Amino acid sequence: MIEWLLVTQVAVAVVVGLVGLGLGLAGKGPNDLVLGGLALVELLLIVQVVVSIVAPFTGNTPTGDLLEFWVYLVTAVLIPPAAVLWALIDRGRWSTVILGVAALAIAVMVYRLGQIWFVQTL
Amino acid sequence: MSDTASSRAVGAGRVLVVVYAILAIAATARSVLQIAREFDEAPVAYSLSALAGVVYLVATVALVGKGRTWYRVAWVAIVFELIGVLTVGTLSLVEPQLFQHASVWSVYGQGYLFIPLVLPVLGILWLRSHRPAAGES
Repeated sequence: MIEWLLVTQVAVAVVVGLVGLGLGLAGKGPNDLVLGGLALVELLLIVQVVVSIVAPFTGNTPTGDLLEFWVYLVTAVLIPPAAVLWALIDRGRWSTVILGVAALAIAVMVYRLGQIWFVQTL
Repeated sequence: MSDTASSRAVGAGRVLVVVYAILAIAATARSVLQIAREFDEAPVAYSLSALAGVVYLVATVALVGKGRTWYRVAWVAIVFELIGVLTVGTLSLVEPQLFQHASVWSVYGQGYLFIPLVLPVLGILWLRSHRPAAGES
């Protein structure tokens, strides 16, 4: 796992999440900005999947439980498409809020991924 | 909204459903791992985590489901969660030796940003203001 990639991912997900919450609560339906943001979050997650598969072969091994790591990562990868799908079905303001909530959930999950990989406190 | 749609999974209620779904997945997946890996270390805490995860799944489905039956199921699941998080949260502070290993509800859901504490309250408020219509079976 690459630290700057992790930091970028959390930062992007938090920004997209806050924009989604803000626009949604302001009454806006899901627009290209928020949907594009979710697409970017998803793209970074896929990059993370590739990095996480390759990293152990280059000597960059996790300090924590690899199975737990993958459960988090796979779940995270599934969330943006589900949220976007729902946003396309119903284009109301609450869909924008949902996209924001999804991005914030990703931010928390990616942060947890970093903890599992780098830090073991438990 | 068509008349076949649920009366609860609309508007802000859908955000509630999504947050419940994410929490359900997180709690269930984590407890499955914990039980598979190290159940003997903390059977009580891990069993409770699994139970909590299942109840969150039930609550998610019940919030989406339509009609009076699902409405009642949603009430039961959400009240159970509130009692669970308050009981386990208090016990984990008063009798920490009972909960040395993290469960979803330890310290009022601290490990999950206190969402397990806030969610049932929001859920109850939502259910109160969205009773099933008289015609709904």
